[in-house]
Amino acid sequence: MAEVSDIKVDETVDITDVVCPVTFVKTKVALEELDDGQILSVHMNDGEPVQNVPRSVKEEGHQILKLIDNEDGTYDLIVKKVGD
Amino acid sequence: MPFTNEQLERYSRHIILKEIGVKGQKKLMNGSVLIIGAGGLGAPAALYLAAAGVGKIGIVDADVVDLSNLQRQVIHTTADVGRPKVESAAETMRAINPDVEVVTYHEFISSANIMDIIKDYDFVLDGTDNFPAKFLINDACVMADKPFSHAGILRFKGQLMTVIPHQSPCYRCVFKTMPPKDAIPTCKQAGVIGAMAGVIGSLQALEAVKFLTGAGELLTGKLLTFDALTMKFHTVKLPPRGDGCAVCSDHPEITELIDYEQPVCEFKPGKD
Repeated sequence: MAEVSDIKVDETVDITDVVCPVTFVKTKVALEELDDGQILSVHMNDGEPVQNVPRSVKEEGHQILKLIDNEDGTYDLIVKKVGD
Repeated sequence: MPFTNEQLERYSRHIILKEIGVKGQKKLMNGSVLIIGAGGLGAPAALYLAAAGVGKIGIVDADVVDLSNLQRQVIHTTADVGRPKVESAAETMRAINPDVEVVTYHEFISSANIMDIIKDYDFVLDGTDNFPAKFLINDACVMADKPFSHAGILRFKGQLMTVIPHQSPCYRCVFKTMPPKDAIPTCKQAGVIGAMAGVIGSLQALEAVKFLTGAGELLTGKLLTFDALTMKFHTVKLPPRGDGCAVCSDHPEITELIDYEQPVCEFKPGKD
């Protein structure tokens, strides 16, 4: 997690316990609770979530700052909320 | 209140939609819709609105389920024949979605009870099959400033319009008064195709969902007609709400609800 040390994460959400489409739904719910410009870290499994969630988040107009490979089969997606 | 994981999954297809999202789903869950008539139009509308998670759904119907209803009133089953329609409908809706509060009114609407029934709801859906009820619902909704969806179906044709009282034209702006007796057959006399009732009732449910969530544009100031035989939808633009309307103009002639006489039907009454 050293890579995120320069970014202040306001909220985290774990979507490793759910499957598509609830992965994105949970991410979306977490994002809705943030204010414009706040940062969300999304903890997700490799595979389908990594392929789809970042794209869906981007389509909603949010800004993807980083996708960190934790090298344990999970990733952390760092998203900046855009708009309210 | 946050969503449970079960609710996130149940409503995931709504929440994913940009136009609805978390906020829209919460609006649905905090919203209420009154469905008048648990028949050809009300049945599909009630199913979709319950499935959508509308917080409170009222359903009004004085009839019992008749075998001849089952061809189009898909909320009832063969085992429900003889049961009050509101009971049968409520049971199906609760089975689809236990989150929804279903309120039943086993009675005919009239000038005596309609204001009291509609006051507790955000949106009203007219799924009735007769003109006295349609004029009564229109006038009551205009007087109570209650947004509603009008629809009518016959044979292979249906029509639909949404009214935001005192903003968009009302049913009476378009259809001034009751048609002459026997000028228009009832669906008992004329027949109606089941799936077409489903199309129009589903469109009414869509208007209710759009009203509650604020998504898109409502079918106000327009009358949509559908002909199932030619598969043609037409949207007719209505003249703006003017001073001429007997109920929704600024100086209305009609200030009290009217119980028009129910046209006498040659078939056994009260089975739609």
